[in-house]
Amino acid sequence: MAAALLADMAHEAALMPGRTLGSIFFGGGTPSLMPPTLVARLIDAATTHWTPAADIEITLEANPSSVEAARFADLSLAGVNRVSLGLQSLDNAALQFLGRAHDVTEALAALDTAQEQFDRVSFDLIYALPGQTLDAWQAELDRALGFGTGHLSLYQLTIEQGTRFASDVRRGEFAPMDDDLAAEFFACTQTNTEKAGLPAYETSNHARPGQESRHNLTYWRYGDYAGVGPGAHGRRRAMATERHKKPENFLSAVARNGHGLRLENALSLSEQAMEALLMGLRLREGVRLDVMASRFGFAPDALVDCNAVSRLQGHGLIIRNGPHLALSEAGRPLLDAILADIVTIEPVAV
Amino acid sequence: MTELSKIRNFSIIAHIDHGKSTLADRLIQHTGGLTEREMSEQVLDNMDIERERGITIKAQTVRLDYTAKDGETYELNLMDTPGHVDFAYEVSRSLAACEGALLVVDAAQGVEAQTLANVYQSIEHDHEIVPVINKIDLPAAEPDKVRAEIEDIVGIPADNAVLTSAKSGIGIEEVLEAIVTRIPPPGGDRDAPLKALLVDSWYDPYLGVVILIRVIDGVLKKGMNIRFMQQGSQHLVDRVGCMKPKITQLPELGPGEIGFITAQIKEVADTAVGDTITTVKGGADKALPGFKEVQSVVFCGLFPVDAADFEKLRESIGRLRLNDASFTFEMETSAALGFGFRCGFLGLLHLEIIQERLTREYDLDLITTAPSVVYRMTMTDGSVQYLHNPADYPDPVHIDHMEEPWIKATIYTPDEYLGSILKLCQDRRGIQTELTYVGGRAQVGYELPLNEVVFDFYDRLKSISRGYASFDYEQIGLREGDLVKMNILVNNEPVDALAMIVHRGEAEARGRQLCERLKDLIPRHLFKIPIQAAIGAKVIARETISAMRKDVTAKCYGGDISRKKKLLEKQKKGKAKMREYGNVSIPQEAFIAALRMGEE
Repeated sequence: MAAALLADMAHEAALMPGRTLGSIFFGGGTPSLMPPTLVARLIDAATTHWTPAADIEITLEANPSSVEAARFADLSLAGVNRVSLGLQSLDNAALQFLGRAHDVTEALAALDTAQEQFDRVSFDLIYALPGQTLDAWQAELDRALGFGTGHLSLYQLTIEQGTRFASDVRRGEFAPMDDDLAAEFFACTQTNTEKAGLPAYETSNHARPGQESRHNLTYWRYGDYAGVGPGAHGRRRAMATERHKKPENFLSAVARNGHGLRLENALSLSEQAMEALLMGLRLREGVRLDVMASRFGFAPDALVDCNAVSRLQGHGLIIRNGPHLALSEAGRPLLDAILADIVTIEPVAV
Repeated sequence: MTELSKIRNFSIIAHIDHGKSTLADRLIQHTGGLTEREMSEQVLDNMDIERERGITIKAQTVRLDYTAKDGETYELNLMDTPGHVDFAYEVSRSLAACEGALLVVDAAQGVEAQTLANVYQSIEHDHEIVPVINKIDLPAAEPDKVRAEIEDIVGIPADNAVLTSAKSGIGIEEVLEAIVTRIPPPGGDRDAPLKALLVDSWYDPYLGVVILIRVIDGVLKKGMNIRFMQQGSQHLVDRVGCMKPKITQLPELGPGEIGFITAQIKEVADTAVGDTITTVKGGADKALPGFKEVQSVVFCGLFPVDAADFEKLRESIGRLRLNDASFTFEMETSAALGFGFRCGFLGLLHLEIIQERLTREYDLDLITTAPSVVYRMTMTDGSVQYLHNPADYPDPVHIDHMEEPWIKATIYTPDEYLGSILKLCQDRRGIQTELTYVGGRAQVGYELPLNEVVFDFYDRLKSISRGYASFDYEQIGLREGDLVKMNILVNNEPVDALAMIVHRGEAEARGRQLCERLKDLIPRHLFKIPIQAAIGAKVIARETISAMRKDVTAKCYGGDISRKKKLLEKQKKGKAKMREYGNVSIPQEAFIAALRMGEE
């Protein structure tokens, strides 16, 4: 696998030469179970193919288990400087409901170790669970903020089609939280994190200023990213790339082709504009419509339906200052509906 | 040509399910019109819908050759008439072509309201009525009671009623003998100028328009040049014949005879039921009495659910119209529903039949707007306008007064449902004119605005009487009414498809009901949406749909963009299919459900 990953990376590097490398993210599945030596080799390779930024951010996603925590020291030595822990809850019953293997005690021990080993630590929590009270969530959030990490990801539970949760809901085993109540949970989350000095910079991500995930900002600002390894997605200029998901398919693809690509999909300018917009508006900073339009070759106002925008501005959901467009506090939990209202599917080209 | 004294023309009057079609089938079978193998159930009802609903839409006729007990062979013409009030005029023309009728009454169920209306029509035409008590072999049969009912309610002697079971073939010979001996032969003069009544017409893909006629005087032959006296058009007769029930060509049709002709006519609309046919040369100078232009009574909009089906709808409506001149249409546009047609019908059943045929035979998904009637508006300048569509309602300051069509309804019901039925009629602005009890049943007469009946009256009646009440109506002209146009505003913008003309006294209740329903049907938006019912500027009912508060994908990173983009594209496409009013996207289902307000 090591050789395959290196070959796959080399393939991307050859197609995107001379770029500065701002961040590396080891994510998806359990990258923390990779041998630290392999992590080190991959970091070496990446920083050789591309010029690393002076403050390069190298994040590793990890489960908060004792097994994984035991490797943190070695991973830190390998060059990882940020860790993102999948805590998910500070309540054992909730962890069980979410189907997590760890319990709270084990998770907090892993968090401790992480904070000892890495400069930057983030962890995630899932809230707006069925039956959760606002008071309980507020208490959990306060406790989480008390651990003093510079970054937090706070996701409302989403029931995805085709998951165990979806079939449980169908069978009536539990009912997802009502949207109006979920909106109150969202608002309370904004207030409390803000008060604690970790305001939201994206729909579900909160950070002390300067502690934002640089890697994820690349996604939301619609920069290029090379997706290497099984199941990785990438954006290589106007190309959407996707690797084989199953490791055995990935390995045989690399053996056959020298890379693990499953598909390369050329994105039209309007598709790119749409992606940039739907990602960019997740950020509190919003987007610059003029910059975005000229990047994709559209007239400055072509990307959005201006009538819809000014209407939603009237409803207090959107903030628009000339070319700058962002969602208001009230608009942020409504992003999907707002996008459906304002995004132009086929913008007029210049 | 058959001698007049050997011809008998008759129709069969019966309530639905009382066995009219079965009896007709037995008569055909008995006289050898079709072999056993050729008999399909209910030979005369051609269309699927006719067979399924047990109703006759177009008049049909069949000639039976019957050798009676006196040794003579008679030509019996059986006219199967449409059985529903919507087709009252067609019925009256069919009856005008006969000299007698069989009144078929179910031996277990007795006389029904709808039967009565047709019997009276038949009596008005001076017909000899032969009562036939059918289904006498049912365990619940009470022929004596039914005989008494016929005498009491219909008011004709019934001691010599023929007892039959069409299903089991009992009494068929007796029916045929009664026709020959009791129904008088037609009159007519073979040497007089041709006068034939146009009874009905339909489109046949092989023959073109087929015209059903009854010759009154003179002789009609192939090759003749004929003239329609009302329409003024001329045609060359290329076929003359009768149905036995198979098409049989004949050299001519003489006085008293019923048969068909074809004359290279392309559209049914070119033939008017009730018209008089005569010869171009040496024709009659006076038409037969009783011609009426058929007029639409109920109107509604028909729109394709999928806007792309508009052309298909236009074509299908055109094709239906080939065979049904009584239904009218013109193009209509609605901001809510797009392009469609404003269609006029003889009544609600007619509307339903057309709608069903479009859906079934032409495979179209349709939205039907709330049915409305034709209002007569006398304007302040003295001119008169007819309002077919609430959308065309003028500025009310120019209206001096409005009149609406009224009907006289006759309802026949088991008396346990009487209370609720009286309440229903009262709620619908009804004026009671009659109430009689016969045994365990009651007959109620009400005058009602047609407007109240087209809405959902019939469904309500059926549901409160658990299907037992029967209902029949005739139009009794226009009456002034305090009528207003009620608009429905969504986010302060009127929705044309939901506008309706209502009685002022009922506007509030109707408006509230509609607003409540829309509140449940329109999904939440990013802003709160007022839904109002208004008369002019005055809001009479109001509901509010609160604003949506949360709709956001929690997690969206590099691997999620493609999926998220596809979702957004799908969402945009879904929105494009909805109709937008005051920036509110209203799903099609909302219109359909709101307009189908029947279930209260």
